[in-house]
Amino acid sequence: MSLALDLFTIAAVTLGAIFFLAGTVGLLRFPDTLTRLHALTKADNLGLGLVVLGLLPQVTAPFGWIGLIAVWLLAMLSGATVGQLLAQAVRPPDWDQAATRDGAEGPAGD
Amino acid sequence: MTSALAVDSALVLLVLGLALWVTAARAAYSAAVGFVAYGLLLTIVWVRLAAVDVAMTEAALGTGLTGLLLLGAAARLAPYESAEAARRPGPGLRWLVGLLCAAVAAGLAAAVLLLPDPAPTLAPLVAENLAATGVGNPITGVLLAHRAIDTLLETVVLVPALIGVWSLAADQDWGRRPGSLTPLHAGSALTLLAQVLPPFGILVGVHLVWAGADDPGGKFQGATVLAAMWVLVLVAGLREPPAVRGRSLRLLLVVGALFFVGVGVAGIWLADAFLAYPEGLAKPLILAIEIVLTPSIAVILGLLLAGPPVAEGPSGARS
Repeated sequence: MSLALDLFTIAAVTLGAIFFLAGTVGLLRFPDTLTRLHALTKADNLGLGLVVLGLLPQVTAPFGWIGLIAVWLLAMLSGATVGQLLAQAVRPPDWDQAATRDGAEGPAGD
Repeated sequence: MTSALAVDSALVLLVLGLALWVTAARAAYSAAVGFVAYGLLLTIVWVRLAAVDVAMTEAALGTGLTGLLLLGAAARLAPYESAEAARRPGPGLRWLVGLLCAAVAAGLAAAVLLLPDPAPTLAPLVAENLAATGVGNPITGVLLAHRAIDTLLETVVLVPALIGVWSLAADQDWGRRPGSLTPLHAGSALTLLAQVLPPFGILVGVHLVWAGADDPGGKFQGATVLAAMWVLVLVAGLREPPAVRGRSLRLLLVVGALFFVGVGVAGIWLADAFLAYPEGLAKPLILAIEIVLTPSIAVILGLLLAGPPVAEGPSGARS
């Protein structure tokens, strides 16, 4: 049982690390701020989520898992907020009008 | 063991590289951003050294609060930066400054490397006498019992620091509301964060203060988290910073230090020394000092970030 849990931890944390790697590559290689934000927040949400998921079976402290999940949720909350704020700061001033005129939605900020 | 060594080596190289980058950065703003990243890396270094209390202080005060102050200063100085850069000192002076800084760093490194083995330490003495203080966290024991005078000065010095910030106000604005935390326009994602996060942040801050007696944590770390929540609400424009002429606000600012000094002076009669605690009362007194100090520190730190009083909310951003 513990071997299976360890394997699960290794698999999930590795997958999370791959998301962080992909997010970093995206941050360095993507052409503009909005797409770079997308890469970055993806690493935060999915990468950190998978790392936390992988670490859950390893928690020994009572209720330690609540702390881990809280870290993930808070990182997502702040990541989503910062993503929105940065996107607001860099979008062109006529973005809203252009989106309304084309009947299209602006990109979801995350 | 080797993998830990590899991680530590990579960490040290990152810290050194980032430190060089921050020093070499041309724009003050990029240097401030780099400084925040540097502080976060340094936090991990402290965790690797098993100094969790120091790591928390580094993250909260050294990185979060100082980083915000530096970013604010960089933004404020941005209009003058190109003029300053045009008349930067000549190469001779820059080399001299660099050499002096390198000499200080080399001296510190030599002092650490030339320490006798085992290094002189008071740790066993602290461990021996920790029981007398009643607290379980040796850091808190040292800070509030064995070296309480340092902590007292540390908390008192915050008040003159805040007076220093306030005295940057123009004469006619004295006593008004601080104006450095410009609220963003309403309805942004920040408003949601400022509504959702504070309950959790306040819980974490109070927990850090309470747990500080026996586990890593303490008033400074807890107060910084509380101050951060307040600043978040101010930046989001949900509340206005208080006018600095308020009598109850000023009382709140000094009540922590006054209580600390009061306990210290009472020690002269009750325990034969300034800042000594009467037998058996050490832990309750330490806890009381921490609890009374926390709101004072939190409000002072928040107001340090809120800056000097100004005439009006910048361009009437509120309402």
